[in-house]
Amino acid sequence: MSKSPAVEHNADKGISRRKLLGGAALAAPAVAGLALARGGDSAIAEPPASEAEAASSHAGHASFPHATFAAGRSVDHGANGFHPTEVLRDFDYGRTRRLASGRVLREWEIVAHDREIEVAPGVKYEAWTYNGRVPGPTLRAREGELLRVRFVNASEHPHTMHFHGIHTALMDGMPGIGDNRGSGQVEPGESFTYEFDALPFGLHLYHCHVAPLAAHIARGLYGAFVIDPKQGRPEADELVMVMNGFDTNFDRANEVYAVNTVGFHYVEEPIRVARAEPVRIYLVNVLEYDPVNSFHIHGNFFHYFPTGTSLAPSEFTDTVIQGQAQRGILELEFPYDGDYMFHAHVSEFAELGWSGFFRVGDPSRLTAATAASMYCDLPWGKGGPA
Amino acid sequence: MEAGARAERALGGGLPAWALGLIPLALIAAAIGAFALLGGPGLGERTGPPVEEVAVERTVLHPGEIELTLRNDGPDPVEVAQVAVNDAYAPFAAAGGREIARLGSTTLRIDYPWVEGESLEIFVLTSAGGTVEASVPVAAETPEDDLGFFGLMALLGIYVGIIPVSLGMLWLPFLRRLGPGWMGALIAFTVGLLAFLAIDAGLEGLELAATAPAAFGGTTLVFLGGLVAYLVLAGIDGYLSERSRRAEGAGAGASGAAYLALLVAIGIGLHNLGEGLAIGSAYASGALALGAFLVVGFAIHNTTEGLAIVAPLRDDARPGFGRLLGLGLIAGAPAILGAWIGAAAFDPSLGAFLFGLGVGAIARVIVQIAPAMRDAEGHFLYPASVAGMLAGIAALYLTGLLVAV
Repeated sequence: MSKSPAVEHNADKGISRRKLLGGAALAAPAVAGLALARGGDSAIAEPPASEAEAASSHAGHASFPHATFAAGRSVDHGANGFHPTEVLRDFDYGRTRRLASGRVLREWEIVAHDREIEVAPGVKYEAWTYNGRVPGPTLRAREGELLRVRFVNASEHPHTMHFHGIHTALMDGMPGIGDNRGSGQVEPGESFTYEFDALPFGLHLYHCHVAPLAAHIARGLYGAFVIDPKQGRPEADELVMVMNGFDTNFDRANEVYAVNTVGFHYVEEPIRVARAEPVRIYLVNVLEYDPVNSFHIHGNFFHYFPTGTSLAPSEFTDTVIQGQAQRGILELEFPYDGDYMFHAHVSEFAELGWSGFFRVGDPSRLTAATAASMYCDLPWGKGGPA
Repeated sequence: MEAGARAERALGGGLPAWALGLIPLALIAAAIGAFALLGGPGLGERTGPPVEEVAVERTVLHPGEIELTLRNDGPDPVEVAQVAVNDAYAPFAAAGGREIARLGSTTLRIDYPWVEGESLEIFVLTSAGGTVEASVPVAAETPEDDLGFFGLMALLGIYVGIIPVSLGMLWLPFLRRLGPGWMGALIAFTVGLLAFLAIDAGLEGLELAATAPAAFGGTTLVFLGGLVAYLVLAGIDGYLSERSRRAEGAGAGASGAAYLALLVAIGIGLHNLGEGLAIGSAYASGALALGAFLVVGFAIHNTTEGLAIVAPLRDDARPGFGRLLGLGLIAGAPAILGAWIGAAAFDPSLGAFLFGLGVGAIARVIVQIAPAMRDAEGHFLYPASVAGMLAGIAALYLTGLLVAV
């Protein structure tokens, strides 16, 4: 968010910082506070390998291992009505039935609500939501199905659902186009049913397209939209990560950056994954007001499938950059146990909330919830055939 | 008269004066109580969300820690939720609690490994998502306000206040050699110099007031300070001249000149209080390096003030050394006090008020000494006086270039 000019650093910055941070007494309670804030887990109290290295290069930095929120307070996910840890593996398959033609019809109902959510501990934001959560539900279908999305606007403002995909102009969720016979602006209290084919397969998104566009997106009206290829994808622990941010003071620059809305959430509550098991991340960037976002993982590399529209990866890397609405699928395995950071390699975003940890452990120690959410019972979805 | 007395009788009855004074007060209290009990009948709720106004009163840097004192300047309580330094969230503790009541304040101790010489941009995120911004142009450790520091500030006050003003007064023998026609021009020089100081102090006060919480008056404080100083000095002046008239009968003569010099010293002293404040707070915040050049600059700048004090004494019989020293102290010593206040307990509202005092005092002094600059025909503006005033302004302007920070 900063427009301030870059500050030149001394080459011997490390030395001067050590000199400045003589007060070890100050540092000790802060470290204890950090451990508590992260759930008091002993695995975190001993720095993992990746952090130990960082600690040794900043000897005096014990009290500031990385940017964080103040200790002693966390976000009330119950009041928010959604939990970023659950959002990760929550795919909404809708309801399905087979048409006379043999084709699968998949249907959802999405309701827009205005809702105050907590985006950082103690920081409330008047969000506009799909189904009461930010990001909106991750809609998931299979290539070639017929999709029907009934959109109800229970917000005080006009909205639409604009899907990225291949469809007709009248189903585009674009105000001014087919306002009376198609999918133009949906006024408060009204509804509209979008209907289109699930094409092409890949990772897409949907968002509101009402003007002012930046404000409608920044308020929280977006979600991931997954279309699986006909033959499906190999089994994996699948995670959805929507990179977003919040302009809490409405100056068109973000104060809080995050994956799945709550800043530093996955620092407080690392994402548990199984060692040596395939992990697939659906990564979408919806960040408003900043031109690029990025994803970087520590101690690992991943195969990257831009937009998920090809089954062959384009790159084997540990960092990708995405502009707004760019998205891609990441496939990887964690070979070693431990805590591995992931964060925007736009370091400013990382330190303003867009950071987290993967906690890699023995597969048998994975929680039941994690195992249950693992991929996948398509084409019928969780509910089975209607 | 008749009608008024009748009306008074009708209204007041036989009540004593104190009761008459008390009745409206009691009624006002009752009305306020009833209004509060009924929750402000007819006013309804506010329109729109609360507007948060928070002023950053003080920024202190210790190794690995930034201390920020905030004051809630708005009508509603404000809750501090998070703090970021240079676009990184940082842990912090709030000494006065996270919630700041109206006009209340809190001090945040932010854990951040700042680096000397870098600039710091801090934003405090409130529970409503608003931001309060503070910036440190060049980070440097804030000096501890211990004895050594007070000593340093005293030394500074002596360097830039007492010594140069006293040195400036050494021009007195030179002034005496000048012909009697020079008196008007010399007083004019003093007036020009004082006018410059007044403008300078006024602008500095307004600049400072802009950063102060509006609830305490903000820029109004500068004008209030000016008014207060002017009225108090006018009152003292009236009292003293009344007394001297009684004591000496007629004709002030030499003692009048001494009196003018005293007034000039007081005006300049109040101005130096503000100047010391500015130096002290700038030093404490690391915005000012006490280079020899700067101290020399201030010294030269203030030497001209000594000249202004002794100008009225040109025709005085023989001012004693003690009295001259006293004048030098009156004019210069407040710089020490100002530096202490500025460095240890800097508060923009207090600073703005003190600058206002300086302006008012100088204005009063100008009014007081201006008659002495009249020529034989009683004109204020004639070539020599205009030249004198311009010389006074130019002297301060040019020496002021040495201390432009």
